[in-house]
Amino acid sequence: MMAPSPSILPLELRDVSFEAGGKRLVKDFSCTFAGGKRSIVLGPNGAGKSLLLRLCHGLIRPSAGEVIWHGAGGGIDPASRQAMVFQRPVMLRRSVAANVDYALSLRGLDRSRRTALVDEALARAGLSRLAASPARVLSVGEQQKLALARVWALKPEVLFLDEPTASLDPSATHGVEEIIAAIHAAGTRIIMTTHDLGQARRLADEVLFLHRGRLLERATAEAFFAQPKNDLAQAFIRGELLWWRRGRDNLAARPGAPSEEGDPPCTVH
Amino acid sequence: MTDFGAAFAAAFAMVAGFDPDLAEIVGLSLQVSLLAVGLATVIGLPVGAAVALFRFPGRTALVVALNALMGLPPVVVGLIVYLLLSRAGPFGVLGLLFTPTAMIIAQVLLVTPIIAALTRQVVEDLWVEYEDQMRSLGAGPARALTALLWDGRFTLITAVLAGFGRASAEVGAVMIVGGNIDHVTRVMTTAIALEVSKGDLALALGLGIVLMTLSLAVNAAAFLVKETAQRHYG
Amino acid sequence: MHRSLSRFPAVALMIVVLALVVTQARAGERFITVTSTTSTQNSGLYGHLLPIFTGVTGIEVRVVAVGTGQAIRLARQGDADVLFVHHKASEEKFVAEGFGVARFDVMYNDFVIVGPKADPAKVRGMTDAAKALVKIAAAKAAFASRGDNSGTNKKELELWKTAGVDARGVSGSWYRETGSGMGATLNTASAMNAYALTDRATWIKFANKGDLAVMVEGDDRLYNQYGIILVSPAKHPHVKAKDGQAFIDWILSEDGQEAIAAYHISGEQAFFPNAARAGY
Repeated sequence: MMAPSPSILPLELRDVSFEAGGKRLVKDFSCTFAGGKRSIVLGPNGAGKSLLLRLCHGLIRPSAGEVIWHGAGGGIDPASRQAMVFQRPVMLRRSVAANVDYALSLRGLDRSRRTALVDEALARAGLSRLAASPARVLSVGEQQKLALARVWALKPEVLFLDEPTASLDPSATHGVEEIIAAIHAAGTRIIMTTHDLGQARRLADEVLFLHRGRLLERATAEAFFAQPKNDLAQAFIRGELLWWRRGRDNLAARPGAPSEEGDPPCTVH
Repeated sequence: MTDFGAAFAAAFAMVAGFDPDLAEIVGLSLQVSLLAVGLATVIGLPVGAAVALFRFPGRTALVVALNALMGLPPVVVGLIVYLLLSRAGPFGVLGLLFTPTAMIIAQVLLVTPIIAALTRQVVEDLWVEYEDQMRSLGAGPARALTALLWDGRFTLITAVLAGFGRASAEVGAVMIVGGNIDHVTRVMTTAIALEVSKGDLALALGLGIVLMTLSLAVNAAAFLVKETAQRHYG
Repeated sequence: MHRSLSRFPAVALMIVVLALVVTQARAGERFITVTSTTSTQNSGLYGHLLPIFTGVTGIEVRVVAVGTGQAIRLARQGDADVLFVHHKASEEKFVAEGFGVARFDVMYNDFVIVGPKADPAKVRGMTDAAKALVKIAAAKAAFASRGDNSGTNKKELELWKTAGVDARGVSGSWYRETGSGMGATLNTASAMNAYALTDRATWIKFANKGDLAVMVEGDDRLYNQYGIILVSPAKHPHVKAKDGQAFIDWILSEDGQEAIAAYHISGEQAFFPNAARAGY
């Protein structure tokens, strides 16, 4: 429910680190997300993209540093103003409509108001005709659309999406991207990870490039795809990062930090 | 082998003849076991789910204890319930000893750990799959509990059936607290034990065949319901 | 609240109510609880006797059949109204300790020693039970004992004592304690061709005799007296003294005694009434 009350944004991560099993997986992460845009988080596997989203969304707590919703306070619970869509959506063993209804009931809406919101969300995601079907028998693409309808019904101010199309075919991907664009157009801040550079080009207003738990570059989509400043990011969008893996992450520790010129790519042993 | 032939003949004669004594015994067996399993389910499902979802001191010990209690010897449960319900015991004034209620109580004690322990496993596995999604939607363990039980319902049917199997098959507990009184607390298993003690092995085995058939019917019905529903809900 | 959540307490309540209804359905009835022995139950005597009594008085009799030792323990705890067993010494002790009102003789039959037809201990036809046991011990022939502190078990141990054999001292060798009821012990004896002491009524009714037959009978020491006792309402106020006493009175009455005498198994009289009644 996007109440007219003040925004919970901006979201600030201040020196956030996350450790698991003695390894620092997110390192000294600092950045601020203001309203409006669609931010796409890019980076190779293990860069910490999902962890970053989970830290922002509050599913995991930082080992050090702070996640601050500057607009929250005064009785506003930031958790109630945000939502997340996962790579593989978890559907409850009940009907399509009941899945959306359950999410709304968790936000404390009474039954009379929920029915209309459920119908509306399903209609916008193009799932109305499946409303009574059991959610678990839908195709993966339809399930992901349902996941989007479910969060859309909540009208969150910020929506996190963790590789929402990673297991979808091109046509389902297209459908999901349309819904994401529509959710954004309706006023929701989008923060999303993806492996799909084409998708990033289509959806991003700005790009955050992560590598081995560090934020190496943050730029507008236009600037980033024209020519990333960071050499690892350059390699990444050329699809050559694999060749750069060894011995490099300590050279470009900070966003925008200059990398050593003329360093030859490491070869794979 | 003549005993087996005679047993099947006895079983067939009892069923085909609609023996009223048999009908009474079968009816009481089902009544006691189904009610005991019903109560055990009402207790076991939330307890099992709570143990799966909440973290508290002593939780690991409780999990181990629940698993161990699945193998609780019926005779021991019978003895404990007897001591509790005996006139000289703390609940003696209720006059429940040697009644079907006493048998239900004993079977609830036997079956609840089974249902709770299996439920814990089912819900814990589901929670691994659901946790991020549920937390993201704003449901912590407490609010997710019933949703998880509902989503695990097809697997939980198996847990309840395991409980029913235990309840309908045990003889040690109901013999002690029920007393195997004719027309009052005589159920299939105690009737079988009685016929064995009379040396009428064919009749005992015949009763056993009837009991197994009943158990098979209950399980088959539950299986069909489960399969149909599961195919529908995915 | 979604639906499954709101439904759960309703279902739970329904099951509890159902359980209570099942219990209460039988609560209004007039009945007494009698603890008795497996031998009387297995012989089928109660199936013959009780419908007659209930027909006359309208009092239902619920029989819990266990070994005499356990039956006495149940009665001591106050879990029965009437005790109907067969070990006079234990019964008199029960009354002397104040748990019972008074003890009355009801009926008797006798014990027999059964054994395999091959008769490895050569005791067939003997009428001295103690001497027969000595021979069984000497032959180390298998002997199945109840081992459950029942009336039959106590009688058997007395006989071993008379025979001067410490059978329990060699328990596990040829002497085997089953720790179970008369029928179960006879099943065991039948399966391993062992000798065993049993009351005659159970033996006649027993259907799994296998290769066993009566070997020793007719010894005065094999006499098996049954007694009946009302559990003391002074000790246990909830005891249904009036209805319990009605049952005892009937069993000891001419009608009751005739009903006992009339019970036959395979054409044989199973129990011989011997109540001592004033003016009879």
